Amino acid sequence: MDFTMPARAEDFRAEVQQFLAEHLTGEMIAATRDGTIHSPALHRAIADRGWLSGAVPAELGGGGMDPVDLCVLLEELQLHQAPADALGVAVVAVSMILEHGRDHLRSTVAPRLMSGEALACLGYSEPESGSDVAAARTRAVRDGDRWVINGSKMWTTLAHVADYVLLLTRTDPDVPKHRGLTFFVVPLDTAGIEIQAVETMGNERSNATFYDDVVLGDEWRLGEVNDGWTVMKTALKYERGIAGGQFPSPPVIEAAVDWARRARRADGSRPIDDDEVRHKLMRAMIDVEVCRSFAYHTAALASEGAMFGVEGSMTKLFASESYKKHCAWFLDMMGAEGLLTHDDPGAHMDGLIEEHFRHAPVTAIYGGTSEINRNLVAEGWLGLPRSRS
Amino acid sequence: MRTRYSEDQQAVAEAFGDLFAREATPETVRAAEAGCGFDPGLWRKLVAAGAPGMAVPVTDGGGGASLVDLAVVVHEWGRRIAPVPLVEHAVCARLLGSAGAQRELVTAVSSGELIATLAPGPVGPDGTARLVPAGAVADVVAAKHGDNVVVARARPPGAARPNTADLPLADRDLSDAETLASGAAAAGAWDRALAEWKALMAVAYAGLAGEVLAMGVAYTKQRHQFGVPVGSFQAVQHGLADASTRSEGARLLAFRAVCAVDAGRADGARLASMALLFGAESGRFATDRVLQYHGGYGYSAEYDVQLYYRRAAGWLLQLGEPAAEVARLADADLGPKAA
Repeated sequence: MDFTMPARAEDFRAEVQQFLAEHLTGEMIAATRDGTIHSPALHRAIADRGWLSGAVPAELGGGGMDPVDLCVLLEELQLHQAPADALGVAVVAVSMILEHGRDHLRSTVAPRLMSGEALACLGYSEPESGSDVAAARTRAVRDGDRWVINGSKMWTTLAHVADYVLLLTRTDPDVPKHRGLTFFVVPLDTAGIEIQAVETMGNERSNATFYDDVVLGDEWRLGEVNDGWTVMKTALKYERGIAGGQFPSPPVIEAAVDWARRARRADGSRPIDDDEVRHKLMRAMIDVEVCRSFAYHTAALASEGAMFGVEGSMTKLFASESYKKHCAWFLDMMGAEGLLTHDDPGAHMDGLIEEHFRHAPVTAIYGGTSEINRNLVAEGWLGLPRSRS
Repeated sequence: MRTRYSEDQQAVAEAFGDLFAREATPETVRAAEAGCGFDPGLWRKLVAAGAPGMAVPVTDGGGGASLVDLAVVVHEWGRRIAPVPLVEHAVCARLLGSAGAQRELVTAVSSGELIATLAPGPVGPDGTARLVPAGAVADVVAAKHGDNVVVARARPPGAARPNTADLPLADRDLSDAETLASGAAAAGAWDRALAEWKALMAVAYAGLAGEVLAMGVAYTKQRHQFGVPVGSFQAVQHGLADASTRSEGARLLAFRAVCAVDAGRADGARLASMALLFGAESGRFATDRVLQYHGGYGYSAEYDVQLYYRRAAGWLLQLGEPAAEVARLADADLGPKAA
């Protein structure tokens, strides 16, 4: 047993840090205030460096980066607040296409995604189905060698900047829900698609996408007809490797320490000398080390070729729930000043803590809610009876 | 990087898992509670198995195993909340050797013939160390007294101060203790011993939490209310899932801390302290949830949950106030408070 990162991974960490020093600018981070957590220049630079294709498993034809190196890459991106939401989606999309796609998708879409030239987004959730993803109702009907798609998707984040949506559709409504699903890769410039912005509390822009008699050739189908659930499970498997999300708190904690050192209370004292403030800062740092332990553990398991599942749910559950707690603690710590947004010239660090406070709730919802993850732990880790169908 | 046991470590875990399951049953734990929280028969079996000195260098009469290997045994010890002072003894044995204690003392402790402990708190002006872990049964007590690491050898009182967790806590007179090391050498050796104790107790907490959660799962699967197993209710499932998640995180952090301390890494002491604080909190949360999901039976003396519940509270407090430990962490990380 040895939790020490191998020297090779630490060398790679230095390389990633050097890369970020060269390519990640404060303007890129600030630009995400428009709601899109994506920087085209950074995305292309990451792809040019070979890290996007590198993150795709070797057995699928990707670079097969060691999962420990991948873990380091994701850790550094998060610690530096790099707007890289599109990276994980691209890696998952390419992996799904290379595993289940036929010639057309493999030769046209996969290379464009891998080079960073094109972006993908995920079309799983619908207005009436979120966690119950297999209940999707967006309908795809075969018409000769074409398909006609009608329906709507919710939370198609990045759709307004993406080129393709990985669309989960219902192709047979008369069988149990998991058996009547089919996946498509849909070019977002196809006639009949409408993208509407969904504004959020965290300023992050998501989308609702509408599909009105969208006609698509069969070459855009991903996987077998009515076997979409198999493809979906693949997506979840690849998502675990590239999920990230283990390090949302460190920038908030750094900002809180900075504030606690600079601020002066009415009696002239510094918050950093207050026991309760110090206590909260250290408790948050402990939670970060728990997250880091989870991240290194899952990376080491993957590196050994061991499949992990529930550990990923635990990591996501713990990281997002503790992040929410930290944001609330540090907002409170600042009192009324904590409420100031970046529009106020006096906001500490451009309102960083306040922004994180508004962003944090979504992390316990997207990519598997905390409740779904608790279910998965209860069933998969503890062997308790399944509580839903 | 390998975050799982090696094959050898797996074999050690199984062997000691068997030994503790056989020799440290809940009945044994209860019997020890009637005395001073110590089972001499179990201690002799651990001595026969070479556990007390396993992580002492061979040149000091020990088994030459790593701190990580010792942690594998401690994890099994924690699972059975076994009434023997394995962690205090093992840490003190390593301290005595590294701080240059007399050879005869080091080998007697390494073999387990003498029981040793360390007093984590300060020694009072009258030379008394209060509420020393394993103080009721230890023949040898090491402590930090001023700038010195001191060691006292004396007949143990054989009686504990009655306490929540039925731990062998006792006050010890260290006024006749001899000085082992002074100044920077003493500080280094003592800090390392404390970091080892914290990291190993964090691992013990992971064992405790894992076992109590297994108990909770078994009970809630078998116990029916309203015609269905209690464990099929989502409120119960989610409480157990949260407790399992924290306990697994605590286990990983604990072993990561042991690895860092063992390798002498700069972040070892910080991780050990964090692992202990988080491990204790997770252990208490797990015991609380499992007691709750047992209903009234969890509160009864007859069921075993209460044995774990009380130790989950007690183990950490042997170090002193948790808030003081957090304050020490903060001083190291954030710098000391302004006067």
